[in-house]
Amino acid sequence: MTATAPATSPDMAARVKAAREELDRHTYEIVQWHFHPSTGCPFWLEHAKQLKFDPLKEIKGFDDLKKFDLFQDEWLRGGPVRRWVPQAYANKPIYVFETGGTTGTPKSRISIDDFRIDYELFSKTLPDEYFPPGANWLMLGPSGPRRLRLAVEHLCQYRGGICFCIDLDPRWVIKLIKKGWMEHLEAYKQHCIDQALTILDAGHDIRCMFTTPKLLEALALALEKRGQTIRGVGITGIFSGGTEFTPQFTRFAVEELLDGAYMTPTYGNTLMGLACSKPVSAAEGYKITYYAPQPRAVIEVVDFDDPSRVVDYGQTGRVKLTTLTKEFFVPGFLERDEGEREPPYEKYPWDGISGVRPYRALAESTTVGVY
Amino acid sequence: MLNLPILRWGKPYESMELDEVRHFLTGEPIARVSQANGGLLQRDMRFAPRARQVLREIPIEDLIERVKRAADLYLNGTLAMGDGQQSPQDFVRAQSASTGLPEHMCRANMQKNYFVLTNMDRMLDALTRGLDLHILSRGYGMESRGVVVSYQAQTPAVGLVLPSNSPGVHTLWLPVIPMQIGLVLKPGPQEPWTPYRMAMAFFEAGVPREAISIYPGGGDVGAAVLAACNRSMIFGGTATVERYKGNPRVQAHGPGFSKILLGDDVVDEWEQYLDMMVESVFINSGRGCINCSGIWASRHTREIAQALAERLGPVEALPPDHPQAALAAFTVPGAARSIWQAIEADLREQGVTHVTAPYGPRLVELERCGYLRPVVMHCTSPEVAMAHKEYMFPFVSVVECPQDRMLEAIGPTLVCTAITNDPEFQQALTDATHIDRLNIGPIPTTKLDWMQPHEGNIVEFLFRARAYQIAPERIPASTAR
Repeated sequence: MTATAPATSPDMAARVKAAREELDRHTYEIVQWHFHPSTGCPFWLEHAKQLKFDPLKEIKGFDDLKKFDLFQDEWLRGGPVRRWVPQAYANKPIYVFETGGTTGTPKSRISIDDFRIDYELFSKTLPDEYFPPGANWLMLGPSGPRRLRLAVEHLCQYRGGICFCIDLDPRWVIKLIKKGWMEHLEAYKQHCIDQALTILDAGHDIRCMFTTPKLLEALALALEKRGQTIRGVGITGIFSGGTEFTPQFTRFAVEELLDGAYMTPTYGNTLMGLACSKPVSAAEGYKITYYAPQPRAVIEVVDFDDPSRVVDYGQTGRVKLTTLTKEFFVPGFLERDEGEREPPYEKYPWDGISGVRPYRALAESTTVGVY
Repeated sequence: MLNLPILRWGKPYESMELDEVRHFLTGEPIARVSQANGGLLQRDMRFAPRARQVLREIPIEDLIERVKRAADLYLNGTLAMGDGQQSPQDFVRAQSASTGLPEHMCRANMQKNYFVLTNMDRMLDALTRGLDLHILSRGYGMESRGVVVSYQAQTPAVGLVLPSNSPGVHTLWLPVIPMQIGLVLKPGPQEPWTPYRMAMAFFEAGVPREAISIYPGGGDVGAAVLAACNRSMIFGGTATVERYKGNPRVQAHGPGFSKILLGDDVVDEWEQYLDMMVESVFINSGRGCINCSGIWASRHTREIAQALAERLGPVEALPPDHPQAALAAFTVPGAARSIWQAIEADLREQGVTHVTAPYGPRLVELERCGYLRPVVMHCTSPEVAMAHKEYMFPFVSVVECPQDRMLEAIGPTLVCTAITNDPEFQQALTDATHIDRLNIGPIPTTKLDWMQPHEGNIVEFLFRARAYQIAPERIPASTAR
């Protein structure tokens, strides 16, 4: 975050400055929390002993986090998982959420209330017109060890509804793809869609939905075969996510699948929380720009060869994530995605990212768009 | 630069995702190709029955005439290509620039497609063994010998997942439209040219636009083609062929492992057949599955390998517009190098000799592409790995093997040219189920008789012969032909 954000108006400049000050303040507090023996977690307290600087004294703002080496995702694989639990939360009920894990040990992240806080913040961005308070939801996507099911269910409950859940196991889907069992893959997708159709037919007055792009497409096509549409069966608002949310897919969904239902793409994962998108419109070429839930998480678009350098606006780089909550501290984690750095905008006066897609150097070994 | 849209049953659709096709030598962009998404294709498949319906409204004889007109337009016309126009010479240059094939080979491929289109009536007559084509159209009918027969179309449209590196394969799908079945084409990323040009020629010749779709795109689009079409053809490597083995919905075309076998009765006169062997290995830059990758004999194998090396070893990589250019470039970065590394790994095995080694390095790397100059290997037995390799450049292993072991050792063989007058050996070759096309006598493996089925009869792939009993008084007069 070294390059200066373009200030389009004095008001905007003031917002950007205030957001930055808030981020610096928040960073300081979070580092104090995680590295203080009375509150910090065993991992960071132990890690601090190897550092050549004292985080408690030298991390005063966000830029100071560069003093840490890049966060290694291997640190999250394997136990004991308790080493990530802050001392201050030792007696709280702890969730563990996993990411990866199709082969080998998955990455684990502990959580207490973060997923609720993240999704309550996200809730404030949803237009009531399309996501009516009190409406029932359908969660059609990965559950299992992931955060998503609990988070979506909480979002629904927080908005006063009851959530119906249908599971899809992405680890099995990836195995099917790698084995080339495409007929099984198709059958498994159909199995999920059949369950969704049953729930939608069952008179539960479902108005809102979380689903993945592939399942959204499959559901819309299945409804179309019956002469129905997404909007026609009562769904007014959809939130979805994934790197296959390209402008073309969004346009296709808006023009041909949704029949007027509102859809908002999101970008997120177990480590970060949920980045919201600027409203997507045909007028802007269905461009999707995401903004991290700052100051709880920060996305930087960094140089492929020098991850300490943020690229210029409009330039392409790799996603670097920093998570700053009292439950979990992750400084400088290089994600498996890349995109273009976008300037702050009114609602989110900090950097955003557009064109998110798998990082080119890893793209061939990454199975994307599986669910 | 040309912009090529998706064609959704003939209607252009410009995607927001574009893929740039670049000149393999200069890196200059030649075309921007709209990229489809899998769901878009699946959704369009609602209209696949309409493709067959509009084609069935045109009698097959009429469609054949239109296809013949399309042949001339394809070969000689200036046709729409996306937002521009393309003359035959533009087409040749563009195809060469993106696939790495020398221009004169692109022209030769045009001639091949032209030949198939202009001989469509004879081809269909041969492939259907003289069936009254109205029977395909109607689904049943009376044959001239007074028997009711039925051929039921198994799909209203056939899917094609096409390759980038071998424009010769397009001949396989050309008979589809005259059989009143629609086309769902996914072009190879570097070879969008033939599907578009052929579609434009068909449209201009009067084939209904609603009969043809073109969906350029990534792997998800290929998967969507196979999932959405009840009959598809896919082109790929051994893994692709294995994946779809036994799947009646998919005809997978992969490596050919085509071979020449010299019988013990003729092998002492091997020099008589040298030109035929060179042609089989070398023509079309050795890219096709019908190019010979193995020459098997019980003796004289070292002399044969030496003679082939003398002819092929000195061949140099020349620019694609050079009239003598005989080698196609590998346009995917690193492809030529990785093939060469695989060859070097197999060379470490005992019993393998690289006979073209004295003619200089085989791997030629330029800034944006690579070439592999012809390679001749000698293998002392069929057991070495090199004896069973095929690559997409002029590559051949000359394998020493007793005649009585040949058939068990050669493995799957798309085209087998067997030179022998030994009736027992000929009969054993005729009975060998792992040989697809069999040539008895000195016929180059690359010389196809288009009146014969290739890698499965497309009529049998698209239509199912089944029982159809109809009371004599109910047979409509028009079917009693």
